[in-house]
Amino acid sequence: MTSIDTAGLKRTFDEIAVAIEADKDRLCQLDGVIGDADHGIAMALGFGAVRDALALLDVAATEPTALLNTAAKSFLNAVGASSGPLYATAFLRGAAAVKGKVTLAGTDFIALFQAMAQGIQDRGKAEIGEKTMVDAWLPAAQAAAAAHAAGKTLSESLAAALEAAERGAEATKDMIAAKGRSSRLGERSLGHMDPGAASAVTVIGAMRKSLG
Amino acid sequence: MQTKKIINDGNRTVDEMLEGILAAHPRHLKSTEGSPRSIIARDGPRQGKVGLVIGGGSGHEPTFLGFVGKGLADAAAIGNVFASPPPDPILECAKAASGGAGVLFMYGNYAGDVMNFDMAAEMAAMDGIEVRTVLTTDDVASAPRDQRQKRRGVAGNFFIFKAAGAACDRMLPFDECERIARKANDHTFTMGVALSPCSLPQTRRPNFEIGPDEMEIGMGIHGEPGIARGKLKTADEITDEMLDKILDEMAPVRGDKVAVLVNSLGSTPLMELYIMNRRVKHRLDDLGVSVHATWVGNYCTSLEMAGASVTLMHLDGELQTMLDHPCDCAMFRVG
Repeated sequence: MTSIDTAGLKRTFDEIAVAIEADKDRLCQLDGVIGDADHGIAMALGFGAVRDALALLDVAATEPTALLNTAAKSFLNAVGASSGPLYATAFLRGAAAVKGKVTLAGTDFIALFQAMAQGIQDRGKAEIGEKTMVDAWLPAAQAAAAAHAAGKTLSESLAAALEAAERGAEATKDMIAAKGRSSRLGERSLGHMDPGAASAVTVIGAMRKSLG
Repeated sequence: MQTKKIINDGNRTVDEMLEGILAAHPRHLKSTEGSPRSIIARDGPRQGKVGLVIGGGSGHEPTFLGFVGKGLADAAAIGNVFASPPPDPILECAKAASGGAGVLFMYGNYAGDVMNFDMAAEMAAMDGIEVRTVLTTDDVASAPRDQRQKRRGVAGNFFIFKAAGAACDRMLPFDECERIARKANDHTFTMGVALSPCSLPQTRRPNFEIGPDEMEIGMGIHGEPGIARGKLKTADEITDEMLDKILDEMAPVRGDKVAVLVNSLGSTPLMELYIMNRRVKHRLDDLGVSVHATWVGNYCTSLEMAGASVTLMHLDGELQTMLDHPCDCAMFRVG
């Protein structure tokens, strides 16, 4: 039976920070093709700030909700941009979804994961097919929930989420951007992966690695 | 190969720039206690006046903070390079600008800015400050005419902020300030052309590729691709291409008045801007349209990008009064 405590969540954020830092240049290059080339910088800055803020917490005396709220605030204030409000809202919604829990069972983490994806969609008001991070996050949340409902372990559910996110990010190559800076490109955005969807895969991949 | 820049640390450029700006302009600008990215006019906010808060990413100097001062914006929230500021510094600006008569948020129409400024507006409402938002959408290249609300805000910000700031400074009611701000936006049209890319201080890599003999018409101020790429043309041909599109939308008639802004995207020199302005004047003369005022120089840049933009504001009596209204900012003065 999976049980994730605050220290476990902190390790997950540390894992994401390492993965995003390693991926920074690729994300900037993807963004340079259809945007303004700063997505990798913003994501690395945001998760770096989260790592630093969480390092100051006394995890033994902190509930998961408080840790996620700290993550939201530190990410937002370091970044601004588009990814700031989107990921901050994801963490805040995730925090609300596990309010009152001291440790998270598999079911709780799936609820947290779904709340994150929903928060990103609500804040950015994007739908599937508009070439945004929603194209990775939403199928990932659905796949995780479906796998969990079918009796899979958390590790298996997150593996299913990662696969769905990868497929979703790949599919953004065939989409014409409808939201964000690249939406002004029209058909010239075709053939290029959305950098927000690409970084979502990296984030979800790090979550799976850390909790799998 | 990395681009050459005069910097110390790619991650500290914005904060070090702000330190230098505050050192240069102590008579005009200050930052708020505990919020160094909130830049406030020393002689702007006052009781009963509608507050004007502008802001956005860094890298466009003198936009935004150069237009903070009496008669123009009361405060500017400063983001990382090409990235919207987060809600907290925007909220601090709103508090500093508030004189109890409402606060206008004005900024370019970009998804990130909209999310962060909207979050700040919600937070300001909880503090009892009424905020209304007017997005600038002057870049005619960024969406078709029937989708004006989707367009980006670029160099025309300068005219639009100027008109709105004057309305606020004249102590007009909130509704009037908002109406004039929207009207100023509706009357302002910009087209840009890029010749070479810029590079972010953190990456020091060119943010797009363009051939040595190419230009891109309609490129955005963050290097967003424009509407057409082709061989570099002459100043008159480039200016004509930009003006054709602007004038087609603005549809001025003989006897109308405009204000002109010929703006460098960073590294294009004044010489070339004035050559473009010469053509602008000829074209307007031919149409019988008179030029009420002209500004030429660096007003909304894109780091070291080479290229320029032309903005026309279609004037009526009211907008002319607002442009002529005195203002005293760190990097811009009228009257």
